[in-house]
Amino acid sequence: MAKINIKIEGIPYEVEEGLTVLEACRACGYQIPSLCAYNHGECSRGSCRVCLVEVKGARGLVASCVYPVNEGMEITISSPAATAARRASVELLLSNHSMKCQQCDKNEYCELLYAARVTGAREDMFQGSKTPTTVDQLTPSIVRDTSKCILCGRCIERCGNAHGLSVLGFEKRGFNTIVAPAENRSLENSPCILCGQCVSVCPTGALMEKSEIDKVDEAMKAGKYVVVQTAPAVRAALGEEFGMKIGTPVTGKMVAALRRLGFKKVFDTNYSADLTIMEEATELLDRLQNGGVLPMITSCSPGWVNFAEINYGDLLPHLSTCKSPHEMFGAILKTYYAEKIGVDPKDMFVVSVMPCTAKKFEKERDQLQRDGIKDVDAVLTTRELGRLIKRSGINFTKLPDEEFDNDIVGDYSGAGVIFGVTGGVMEAALRTAYHALTGKEHELIKFEAVRGFEGIKSAEIDIDGTKVKVAVAHGMKNARVLLEEIRAGKSEYQFIEIMGCPGGCIAGGGQPYVKPQFLPNEDIDILDTYKQKRADALYSEDERQTVRQSHNNPQMKALYEQFLGKPNSHKAHELLHTSYKAREAFKD
Amino acid sequence: MFHLSEAATAQINEICDRYADEPTPLIMILEDIQKEYGYIPLEVQEIVSARTGISVAEIYGVVTFYSFFSLKPKGKYVIGCCLGTACYVKGAQQVIDKFSELLGIKPGETTADGMFTIDALRCIGCCSIAPAVTINGKVYPTVDVKEVPGIIAEYRKDGGAA
Repeated sequence: MAKINIKIEGIPYEVEEGLTVLEACRACGYQIPSLCAYNHGECSRGSCRVCLVEVKGARGLVASCVYPVNEGMEITISSPAATAARRASVELLLSNHSMKCQQCDKNEYCELLYAARVTGAREDMFQGSKTPTTVDQLTPSIVRDTSKCILCGRCIERCGNAHGLSVLGFEKRGFNTIVAPAENRSLENSPCILCGQCVSVCPTGALMEKSEIDKVDEAMKAGKYVVVQTAPAVRAALGEEFGMKIGTPVTGKMVAALRRLGFKKVFDTNYSADLTIMEEATELLDRLQNGGVLPMITSCSPGWVNFAEINYGDLLPHLSTCKSPHEMFGAILKTYYAEKIGVDPKDMFVVSVMPCTAKKFEKERDQLQRDGIKDVDAVLTTRELGRLIKRSGINFTKLPDEEFDNDIVGDYSGAGVIFGVTGGVMEAALRTAYHALTGKEHELIKFEAVRGFEGIKSAEIDIDGTKVKVAVAHGMKNARVLLEEIRAGKSEYQFIEIMGCPGGCIAGGGQPYVKPQFLPNEDIDILDTYKQKRADALYSEDERQTVRQSHNNPQMKALYEQFLGKPNSHKAHELLHTSYKAREAFKD
Repeated sequence: MFHLSEAATAQINEICDRYADEPTPLIMILEDIQKEYGYIPLEVQEIVSARTGISVAEIYGVVTFYSFFSLKPKGKYVIGCCLGTACYVKGAQQVIDKFSELLGIKPGETTADGMFTIDALRCIGCCSIAPAVTINGKVYPTVDVKEVPGIIAEYRKDGGAA
């Protein structure tokens, strides 16, 4: 890329051609207040005017997020005219904002509040009409509040980029403009899959997860036997809530924190990820050997399951009947484990800490409760756990490292850990399927072909002469490609892994926000690298495990011997498998 | 998924296909549907979405942005009263109020018999003949409040007994 010469605040710099003024300034170490461009250009319409700067010779101030740099350009960020204009732009946005900042869970990561802080915007400068308010909290996963929306459209872009078609759009015009599903419906009656990607890019509190911290409080207060499990991806990101570098695994401190929060037992969902693999690999082999419906598709991701039920009702027989790992764990905890420790399942309250907003919906599914007892009672996102820890006065970074409970259940293999990243379930399943078919371990352990962040990955695995073709897709935009192949009868695969969120759970809709303005110690390309950093944290934990295959987890063997019989047994089906039902995109 | 008849679905798909080669066909498709059916309900938007690969949310956004498009059925005769600046200062508000009073509906609504809809329009470019009213494309220049009953009667007669 050709280089050009520019001046910022009178100081000469050499920058790449083709950058916007904002990007060029960032590359030179300046952080222009902005609401969009620190977000991969998702919304670069240049309409919010928060990033105005002076460019010598230009007519008026320019929006730096869309204005390209050119040779000899002289940029001034700090002139009185530019600073006053940026402040006024933010004040205008604030005039149509609900301003309930203390009660807003986005507070600490609110980009509007940040812009207001750095520009010195005053909240009461302009009084005027406000956008009509809709607060949609009908889904168990996401709350949409139009009184906090600044109409940046980032959620629309993200939804479209991740899933192909955006569920959200701008509707109406002028002051009545809102971002909503068609007809300003509740997300519940829309094609939304509740993945929470929109929540992770929303600059304000207009889109938030629906908090279940109160539910956990109530269960504790009621004296329930409250146990907690954490998904693999949580440990790879929770540290970020406490200012730790992205990609720092914090497994030990997380366990220590959960104990101090009063949970009776702290388990790792990896245990039941191993269990999922035992069941799913067996199911796959059964389908392969007995002419079952192929390709079989994984069912761990509730966002993906929602998508399948809404858009591909005809392909539901392709989904593995396995419950997702945390639901399996809930079922085992409330039967096998409760019996062993002598606790009435009715008195047990299972909390899952997940990188996911769709899991909140999943746990409410009719298919995931028996006799009125839910497998899982509450789901907290990684972010909610961060808030819970902060609220409780625990200094996370100073905690000792502690181990998960694993008295009867809870042990896990490296295969369970990598569930949190795209390709992980596939890799874990292959390790065990290989063993089941051949009676020996795959010498490589690692299946590199299914790692990485390419949209669709495929590989052919040779299992003692039997060739198995597998594919991995993440984000529904990619999944659609594989699903359309199946619909057309042209799919060449036997086994497909699909994850709802691009990148898999490590970049799930419940994970800590990655917003460069709040991460001064990360590199400026952090938006391009954070997924890999979090993935590396999981792969390194896999490497550290002595047991790396689900079937070699000793507690798995015990569970089957003492309780379930064998994988896919009648009892296993009753407790660990589920069913799906086609749904309409727009319910009346 | 959709509750429309097969024939209606086929016709909407046919309209979509007319613009298959256009880079941005949405507004043209919606214009044709609006002309054909008089309104564009969500079910129809779902069919357009499935055919064109444009999200329902985006289609709904376009339908609600332009006042030309309608989500609800319009009357046989659409009375468009211009409330642009020139018409307004020449008394357009009184004209639209008179239509409302005589038909018993507010702007944006349709009479129970499906005969009339009143639309409040912004400038329609007829400032020299303000206040202007259009009914199904026919322009009425310099409308006086006193002419309103006569205009309504003209259409009642055309459209048969109300």
